[in-house]
Amino acid sequence: MNAAWEVVIGLEIHAQLATSSKIFSGASTAYGADPNTQACLVDLGYPGVLPVLNAEVVRMACKFGLAVDATIAPRSVFARKNYFYPDLPKGYQISQYELPIVVGGELVIAGDDGEEKCIRITRAHLEEDAGKSIHEGLDQYSGIDLNRAGTPLLEIVSEPDLSSAKEAVAYMRKIHSIVRYLEICDGNMQEGSFRCDANVSIRPRGQTELGTRAELKNLNSFRFVEKAINYEIERQIDVIEDGGCVRQETRLYDSDRNETRPMRSKEEANDYRYFPDPDLLPVEIDEAFIAAVRETLPELPGAKQERFVADYGIKRDDAIILTASRPLADYFEATASASAASAQTVAHWVIGDLSAALNRDGLDIADSALSAAQLAGLLDRIDDNTISGKIAKEVFDAMWSGEGSADDVIEARGLRQITDSSAIDSIVDAVIAANPGQVAEYRAGKDKLIGFFVGQVMKETAGKANPGQVNEALKRKLAEG
Amino acid sequence: MKQDHDALHMRTLSELRRGLRSGEFSATTLTEALLERISNAGGALNAFITLTGERALDSAVIADKAIAAGNTQPLTGLPIVHKDLFCTRDVLTTCGSHILDTFVSPYDAAVVERMGVAGAIMLGKTNMDEFAMGSSNETSYFGAVRNPWDLSLSPGGSSGGSASAVAARLVPAATGTDTGGSIRQPAALTGTTGIKPTYGRVSRYGMVAFASSLDQAGVITRSAEDAALLLGVMAGFDPRDSTSSEEPVPDYLAALHKPLKGLRIGIVQEHFDEGLDADNEILVKAAIATLEEQGATTVEVSLPNLNLSVPTYYVVAPAECSSNMSRFDGVRYGHRAGNPVDLMDLYCRTRSEGFGAEVKRRIMTGTYVLSAGYYDAYYLQAQKVRQLISQDFKAAFEQVDVIVGPTTPTPAFALGDKVDDPITMYLNDIYTIGANLAGLPGISVPCGLVGGLPVGLQLVGPHFAEGTLLACAHQYQQLTDWHEIAPGDFA
Repeated sequence: MNAAWEVVIGLEIHAQLATSSKIFSGASTAYGADPNTQACLVDLGYPGVLPVLNAEVVRMACKFGLAVDATIAPRSVFARKNYFYPDLPKGYQISQYELPIVVGGELVIAGDDGEEKCIRITRAHLEEDAGKSIHEGLDQYSGIDLNRAGTPLLEIVSEPDLSSAKEAVAYMRKIHSIVRYLEICDGNMQEGSFRCDANVSIRPRGQTELGTRAELKNLNSFRFVEKAINYEIERQIDVIEDGGCVRQETRLYDSDRNETRPMRSKEEANDYRYFPDPDLLPVEIDEAFIAAVRETLPELPGAKQERFVADYGIKRDDAIILTASRPLADYFEATASASAASAQTVAHWVIGDLSAALNRDGLDIADSALSAAQLAGLLDRIDDNTISGKIAKEVFDAMWSGEGSADDVIEARGLRQITDSSAIDSIVDAVIAANPGQVAEYRAGKDKLIGFFVGQVMKETAGKANPGQVNEALKRKLAEG
Repeated sequence: MKQDHDALHMRTLSELRRGLRSGEFSATTLTEALLERISNAGGALNAFITLTGERALDSAVIADKAIAAGNTQPLTGLPIVHKDLFCTRDVLTTCGSHILDTFVSPYDAAVVERMGVAGAIMLGKTNMDEFAMGSSNETSYFGAVRNPWDLSLSPGGSSGGSASAVAARLVPAATGTDTGGSIRQPAALTGTTGIKPTYGRVSRYGMVAFASSLDQAGVITRSAEDAALLLGVMAGFDPRDSTSSEEPVPDYLAALHKPLKGLRIGIVQEHFDEGLDADNEILVKAAIATLEEQGATTVEVSLPNLNLSVPTYYVVAPAECSSNMSRFDGVRYGHRAGNPVDLMDLYCRTRSEGFGAEVKRRIMTGTYVLSAGYYDAYYLQAQKVRQLISQDFKAAFEQVDVIVGPTTPTPAFALGDKVDDPITMYLNDIYTIGANLAGLPGISVPCGLVGGLPVGLQLVGPHFAEGTLLACAHQYQQLTDWHEIAPGDFA
């Protein structure tokens, strides 16, 4: 954080809506097909064809609007944004311009100062995506793949309320979480289903008017958003401190070199000649429709977080992590309800070992090698003292590798905790006998050595002795001396 | 030359339908006769861009089987030609433009499809002003169409090929499209009957767009009865066109006989103010008197903003046109400039070579009126005036059932006469444009000859009043024979 400069950031997030067909045609939206195999005559911009609005996108946009407390416009209008580019078959993009479907709205993030911060949403509008130009392997030519043309997008525009790259990422994560909760976007950033442009400017701290902004294009990972914005902030500070001026321009982030580079200057930008698309009727939404959509809203991350803290008594930080994605939250709840272990223990394991294993193997929670019931089975064995928490990690790994249930692994590997007090007593006796020096020191008042003795007993039992019992037996026997 | 009324090419669609059903002649005989007529008499007119004779004869064989089996549809075996703006599967669809002169459509327009399902046989595609932009058929890349009443005259446009072909008795009926008068004006100038339905009545799917909020498909025929027969087939909701109406389609043939008694006819003072040819005015007034004799009453109504319709139209239509023409970029189909050095060169040369002067003029006008800084003053202002014009009509239709007046200010003009003077050319559509701006149905029927050339009577009704218009037109045609007069050389 630079003391002299204040950073102002607004984000335009493009969320690809998870419909099975395109926004204005019946062609499939599935990702990864051979070029131009998922583009019908409408997507190809053939003469005479007409767009027909996919009703599902209206429902999805409405869901989003309700989730961020926005106003759903009773009447919104599709316009044509006119410009020439080979991946834009009609020579115009159909997008909402003056009258978007979602107006206003807000959401709360954790601000840089640790306090809650409210970020205002300007609008969210529906539009069609363009196709892609392909340059690789086509000597002297460019190829056009129109599979993506006509894919529905919801563009979510924030007010310039974000003050750092970290806040921008927090906001983007929150939107990411909401659209996935609502099941209106798969959130896949590698495939470009969720991406953003960032408008970044700086101004001397205390100044009210905004500085000149640069627009950073197509940031398709949280990490890149953070790095690109941070780079851009430093660049703008350097420019101004060297006596220069920030130019209003579009800049592309190069993740390989971690820098932003100018794409095209806004001054030379197209005049898009927006006007209402005469091929489409205005989208009229009434209260009954909104009420019906509201009925379908799931519990959202914020509400779920509050509930997790209140009902399960888990730490807020853990609740934030667990509610970031709906499947993860569901997994936690399923485990907690199936297990006798405390909810905090469940949270600890889900956030800790389970998430680590998922990350390591690059898996989604949905593809977890351990079901919630299996994890609950493991945690129950900790809870009933069959195994210790430490042994449980070994059992977890074995379960992850497919060695069966917690009980199977414990049996097969002989990991059952030693709880027979006579057995523990005899090992304790042996350890005391083998370490006369430490015993003398302990008895002379060096209490800390109890840890050494516990460690020795655990070593002898390969970690299987019940730690509480070992502790109790050691203290008793050392005191007998 | 004596007119041979029994010749198949002299008959109306309804007469041909009766002949086919009664077994007087076969669809094959009819198709052969008309193809022969087109090739013998049609050459001088340049009314066609493409003929589909072989395919038509194949269809005729199928139609004859259907007739023999008693399995007929409303148009089984009847000939139709389509304006070359309607996409026709596997057939060239040029829009009268160089930029599409090799474009073979992979699909059928809704109108073509419906006609086909109803059993009609397509004989060919008619010449037209390039992308329907023009009022004289001189902007076609394939050359001007000639008026059968006088080959030195324009047949009007943009559906000039359709009007010329029907007037010359090459075919009994043709489809057309009407954005500012492109069906009614050529119908008037060729002595044919042309109907432009309510906006949304006929699907625009597959009709290459000129100005999407104004374009509407219709037909040019030799009688209102034939227009009713075809409109019944063409009209109706199409989920592929968001602007198509779900309003039920009435039985237009049954509506033809609805009595005119008590019908309130609106006479618009502004139609007779200036610019209207004096003889034309006399004929229009005579036609109105004929309708009055049938029990209709006349009421004077005012359309105070009608004088703004031409300037309004020439903002709205080019604006939409400039955007609609953008897809013709040489990337996916149609003409592509040779050896482009880069993308910009590809775009510039493809479009410079591919489009004619009038299309370019409208693209530039439309681009201008939509540009930042001009949008409010032109496009937005025009939309407001458009609203006023609609309101004028709405107010008028609270007093009357139909508005009757001239279709055009004058009879047909000479080819080359107005081609260098776009404003005069545009003023030819002064009476027709209002209906497009307000989305209203209109029909033009022949109402006499001025200097041996036909002129038209235009009837405009409220939304979805096609039945009323057809009834008026039909009953007028029962009392007059202007619509039966063929141009001398084509009788």
